[in-house]
Amino acid sequence: MECVWAVVVPVLQVFSALLLLLMLPAMFGLSSITETYMKLLIKTLEWATLKIQTSKREEVMKQSNSYGLIQRDDSSLEKEIGELRGNRPRSAVGGAFAFSDVFYFSRKGIESIVEDEVTQRFSSEELVSWNLLTRTNNNFHYVSLRLSVLWGVGVIVRYGILLPLRIMLACIGLSWLVIGTTVVGFLPNSRLKDWLSELVHIMCYRICARGLSATIHYHNRENKPRKGGICVANHTSPIDVVILANDGGYAMVGQVHGGLMGVVQRAMVRACPHIWFERAEMKDRHLVTQRLKDHINDKNKLPILIFPEGTCINNTSVMMFKKGSFEIGGTIYPVAIKYDPLFGDAFWNSGKYSMVSYLLRMMTSWAIVCNVWYLPPMTQQEEEDAVQFANRVKSLIARQGGLVDLSWDGGLKRAKVKDTFKQEQQKMYSSMVVGDDSSN
Amino acid sequence: MGSRASSLLREEDIEEIKKETGFSHSQITRLYSRFHSLDKGENGALSREDFQRIPELAINPLGDRIINAFFSEGDDQVNFRGFMRTLAHFRPVEDNEKNKDPNIEPLNSRNNKLLFAFRLYDLDRDDKISRDELLQVLRMMVGVNISDEQLGSIADRTIQEADTNGDLCISFNEFIKVLEKVDVEQKMSIRFLH
Repeated sequence: MECVWAVVVPVLQVFSALLLLLMLPAMFGLSSITETYMKLLIKTLEWATLKIQTSKREEVMKQSNSYGLIQRDDSSLEKEIGELRGNRPRSAVGGAFAFSDVFYFSRKGIESIVEDEVTQRFSSEELVSWNLLTRTNNNFHYVSLRLSVLWGVGVIVRYGILLPLRIMLACIGLSWLVIGTTVVGFLPNSRLKDWLSELVHIMCYRICARGLSATIHYHNRENKPRKGGICVANHTSPIDVVILANDGGYAMVGQVHGGLMGVVQRAMVRACPHIWFERAEMKDRHLVTQRLKDHINDKNKLPILIFPEGTCINNTSVMMFKKGSFEIGGTIYPVAIKYDPLFGDAFWNSGKYSMVSYLLRMMTSWAIVCNVWYLPPMTQQEEEDAVQFANRVKSLIARQGGLVDLSWDGGLKRAKVKDTFKQEQQKMYSSMVVGDDSSN
Repeated sequence: MGSRASSLLREEDIEEIKKETGFSHSQITRLYSRFHSLDKGENGALSREDFQRIPELAINPLGDRIINAFFSEGDDQVNFRGFMRTLAHFRPVEDNEKNKDPNIEPLNSRNNKLLFAFRLYDLDRDDKISRDELLQVLRMMVGVNISDEQLGSIADRTIQEADTNGDLCISFNEFIKVLEKVDVEQKMSIRFLH
């Protein structure tokens, strides 16, 4: 027994010392240990990449370096089928059809089976080089003994040292939030309360961010969302919230959860007006819009944070923005978030992992490194409807973040495509068959 | 997870698939990871639902027929071998492959590409396209936009033009004949990278 204590006590001491060293600077937005750690990490990964490159045959590198399996040419239905039919005369009565018309559909179909724009956005992105985490890539295997040893050391460091530290930090951060906001909640409404509430929130997020070893680079801070506005961002993971809130207060919008999340939410709302909806209320679009409108009309309230994609995408693209957030009015502050996949895969594949196992994966990654770009505020133009406005904002975010701009609905992760899309295709083909004068 | 996906694919399997389909080693491993990511049941085989989950395929008017091409009669699962065999029809024809082994016809030959298209129409797999089958496939392609009457006359004329022996059905030979002048090699090929 005694010898167990002899080991445990010093270990605990070291941990608490480290904890204090990490947490105190974090609370006030300073950092030192994290920076050193990041530098060391980058060096190590560079070395590993070099090692892989030199020891593997060229062929393998080539395969892992390239994206895409096929090259598509995006010629239109009209052009393709026109070519297929060649200069066959189109008879005036009865319309035109040739057996070869199916070639177009078969090729498109097989292409989408080999590679498609949507489904691959819902699974982890592929890396160019291995980052010494087992889970991220298909193409990397045993390379050399030294690399394997390094990987082993990495596992010990990540699970033995980083994980317990990070879990403790996260727990402290969350309890701080619950206790802090509850206490602040008792104060009468005043400037002091707002200020204290913001302070508590930011401290909590900073501690949590340390808990994920997040290194965040903010760009164009002059465009930071202001009060009475709506901040829209692309969505990769639940920790997007932590990332953004590290640099300023936001009012969150979301559904009321049960369990631990519920406790946190209830505490938060006491100190600062976040907008939580009951599940049933969420369906009532009118009510939702009204409450958001009321919020932004009050210029003293924090900007609302919304992820208009409605689901997490794997950090390579931006999908359709739901128009709801753009119907509220007010100024939109677009934000682009792009994680560096080399240090850890931040994407939450919610179909595959639960929230807790996702967080564990995050906490056993090397670090979370990401870039946040604040884009200049935007407002809806007169001739624009909400959908067009949403698309305009989306393409700006995509361009800034270096993400692929897709018009598909992220909801496809769970739901099937609406039949109307197929009907559109059929309509297009029909006009090829009967000609555009078919209406009469 | 990644590492497991590739370990399931043995080197011998890759060699065999390479021989059968003509895909390169790296194409095979990468298509395997695609196969694996489509395989939501994680049982080493794809079902029709796995295919239907691809939105671009789901909106393809002939999506169901194309999916069907992957399944042999009575089967509702396709393994990686079968998956690759069907995809191989769409490999481009390369000059150095044309007369490699005269006894074995490669899967991506003009004939096999045409057979793939023929089978999209041949719903009951009796090696003939009847008027009724043609009508059904036409209906899939045009949806509700064209009247029965009009579609019927299109089917009639198409059959008439192609039917040489007067049985009011299109056999595979008649099908080849009609499409004689079409650049099948190019139109039924996908540009696979390296």
